Amino acid sequence: MTPAERIFAAALLDGSRPVPAGLRDGAGGPAGRRFGVYRNNVAASLTEAMHLAFPVIARLLGKQNMDGLAGLFLRAHPPSSPLMMHYGAAFPDFLSAMEQLSHLAYLPDVARLELALRRSYHAADADPVAPADLAEANPDRLADSRIVFAPAMEIVRSRWPIHDIWRFNTETGAPRPRGVAQDVLITRPQFDPEPQPLPDGGADWIGAMQGGLTVGDALDSAQRRTPGFDPAPTLALLLGGGAVVSLESTG
Amino acid sequence: MPEDSKAQARLPAAAGVGYKAQHFAAITDNPGTVAWLEIHAENYMGDGGRPLAQLRHLSRGFPLSVHGVGLSIGGESALDPDHLARLAQLVGWLNPAAFSEHLAWSTHGGHFFNDLLPLPYTEATLARVVSHIHQVQDVIRRPMLLENPSSYLAFEDSTWSEPEFLAEIARRTGCGLLLDVNNVFVSAANLGFSPQGYIDAFALDRVGEIHLGGHDEDSDDHGVPLLIDSHGRAVVEPVWALLDYTLARSGARPVLIEWDSDIPGWPVLEAEAARATRALAGIGQSVPA
Repeated sequence: MTPAERIFAAALLDGSRPVPAGLRDGAGGPAGRRFGVYRNNVAASLTEAMHLAFPVIARLLGKQNMDGLAGLFLRAHPPSSPLMMHYGAAFPDFLSAMEQLSHLAYLPDVARLELALRRSYHAADADPVAPADLAEANPDRLADSRIVFAPAMEIVRSRWPIHDIWRFNTETGAPRPRGVAQDVLITRPQFDPEPQPLPDGGADWIGAMQGGLTVGDALDSAQRRTPGFDPAPTLALLLGGGAVVSLESTG
Repeated sequence: MPEDSKAQARLPAAAGVGYKAQHFAAITDNPGTVAWLEIHAENYMGDGGRPLAQLRHLSRGFPLSVHGVGLSIGGESALDPDHLARLAQLVGWLNPAAFSEHLAWSTHGGHFFNDLLPLPYTEATLARVVSHIHQVQDVIRRPMLLENPSSYLAFEDSTWSEPEFLAEIARRTGCGLLLDVNNVFVSAANLGFSPQGYIDAFALDRVGEIHLGGHDEDSDDHGVPLLIDSHGRAVVEPVWALLDYTLARSGARPVLIEWDSDIPGWPVLEAEAARATRALAGIGQSVPA
């Protein structure tokens, strides 16, 4: 008798379940470990996907630990869509909940950074604002404008040095991570997402603008939290990375 | 973006390869005998960036075949309307020479397993697959190709042979078939049937594309060799021989080399395509055993 698809599906991810009935080898005998080919294919392909999605986490943990963690994760959170480019969104929270990893408290934020890099890679294209247009805008008008950001721009905030950790594990010769909190801005000048650390207050300013505030109101808000915040270096990072698509005047 | 007015190209009866991003520059510079490319649909369902830019570029130089792995056509569940819409958008934009999917399922209960899972061949599954294919063809507004799977086990309830099942699906839906010769070889070894007999029973007049790929060897509980369809190495000699056997009966068809893991440098992949080109050129010049 043919096993229901749900029995087949449940046994795929749970090796403690018996091989579903009604499956045969070529000689009419029980399928036995032939069913295991499907189990292996599913686990191996999703484990491979996790290694590709989180190379820095894999490097920090080592291959064996990452394999083990991916095996737990893929059973707790199988993909919900055939778009594997989005797989792993639940991984940071999964890492946070792992008691055994509590001494590596920065891991979830590093995973968030890797997710954000992947989102940026696949985000829609957008032509950046022409530098001349921006130069011509007078300061009052600029303060009253709202910035439209490129879809590929991402902000990841952390109380850990996640940019340093990311660089140290992806670039040869990068300096060792320092003991600082780092907010990271990701821009995608062309096709490759570029993460860069933001100055203090930069993430507040950009976040407020993403929330709909004008450039000036967002600056007030950022300066209340970070007195003396100078937006120029953050603006330079945004413009250099092509993250500003247009200015919408509110006047 | 390809112009909408461009007539829909057909896949040439020549060699193609499964496209991998690391080969972009090499393919553009020196495609060798590679006359067309196949892409995995789901890898190009993002919103932008490099994947879509590369695809836009390649679509100007090569006929393209779009190969889906995520529709779950053989599954019990209704096809995912979001995924169908994404597919319609990709096919509408690219206007590819072919779209193909698998006689398999990959999604159950909202979970995607990232693998091609088997189904029994019965009247009930026949009706289901036929209905799903009608739905796909309505959405993409063209006939699709359906591919034969690699099998590691059989269902005791199956009442149709696989070639007959596929032929009946094609008859009822008007779809074409994608004949994966390596899958035939793998399934034949695993289930103990004759690969030539399978080809003889196959609706070759429906075949719009042929796949070739490499497989790994394992063994089952009884030490019986079990071949695994891995797409991670070169095509083996007996599969090349089975290609010759097939082409001698089908005539020239588009032939694709699939290499999806442990991906080699371009010269190695191009050499596999060149061998497929020679096989196509040699049709009728030798008598396969």
